[in-house]
Amino acid sequence: MLNKIWPIFIILSFSYAICSGNLEKLNSSIFDSTSDAINLSINLLGTMCLWNGIMQIANETSFVEKLTKLLSPIIKLLCPEMKKNKQIQKEISMNMIANILGLGNAATPLGLKAMKSMQKENPKKDTLTDSMLVFIVLNTASIQIIPTTVIAIRHSMGSTNPTQIVFPVWIATICAAIARYNSIQVIDKI
Amino acid sequence: MSIINFVSNLAMPLTILIIIIYGVIEKNKVFDTFLEGAKEGLGIVISILPTLIGLFVAIGALRSSGILDIIIHFITPLLNVCHFPSEIMPLAMLRPISGSGSIAVATDIMKRYGVDSNIGMIASTIMGSTETTLYTIAIYTSCVKIKKTRFVLLAALVADIVGMIVSVGICRIMS
Repeated sequence: MLNKIWPIFIILSFSYAICSGNLEKLNSSIFDSTSDAINLSINLLGTMCLWNGIMQIANETSFVEKLTKLLSPIIKLLCPEMKKNKQIQKEISMNMIANILGLGNAATPLGLKAMKSMQKENPKKDTLTDSMLVFIVLNTASIQIIPTTVIAIRHSMGSTNPTQIVFPVWIATICAAIARYNSIQVIDKI
Repeated sequence: MSIINFVSNLAMPLTILIIIIYGVIEKNKVFDTFLEGAKEGLGIVISILPTLIGLFVAIGALRSSGILDIIIHFITPLLNVCHFPSEIMPLAMLRPISGSGSIAVATDIMKRYGVDSNIGMIASTIMGSTETTLYTIAIYTSCVKIKKTRFVLLAALVADIVGMIVSVGICRIMS
């Protein structure tokens, strides 16, 4: 995707800047942008290391497993086809817990494993089942409890209160998650 | 509003506290485990750095050349109908497509309009409440080699739009 978008951005803006004579601004923005990227990365570095370390602790305790159990009634509601299959239910809820805790690196492999297990039960191998559909759409929601990356970005931009956005993010996430589930039901009927 | 602020500020320390207490109770070597995970975090940031540099340059150029203002100028009337701030539009468009691209755009917006301004808050909320939808769908369907994805993309994008509109709404209420 970026292989197409990136050159379009560059070609479009560079040629426009040359035509409109906006070259001084463009030149300084090129250098500013590279140092902005470095500054942001340095700021992200601290938060990402801290958060990954904390989540590694969560991963090695029974904390994750306990949360997984809490989630199982919701999974049964969302993916009724999987009611009988305990293993798939567990894989789905582990993926969701990893997402909630912001363990992006752990969430994706767990999610792919769940997809493979669901594919085994799939009668039509080239088409998504209802459960797979719900599962993928939920994974496109950012159900992270602490939006660490945004907090780090806000901090690096000199915000007076970087964590101020946590509550608004929760509300937006919950509304989007409900919209996700409902849009599946509505579009399915159409 | 002070309660919302309190909950927002409490979330991170409380999560860390619970996890560490859990680790101590279960007699985990908490600090060693922490170091292991933190090293991994180092790798993540280093791996996205080249992407960020490339995208920051492209987005900085879009902004400084003046072409972004022209694009915004054209779509503003349309956005005014649904009360969506046009300053956010570049982020809303790039967010489902590229994770690091949207980080670059969001940072650009916060820098330009102020991180604690209403626009900055909306950009932060959108970043925190949405995912890289297209990428997620691509890896989840390709890993099981499914071609007929039915309406998964449509449903996810509809929900993304809802999330973004709610983000705008809640930030307006809070400010």
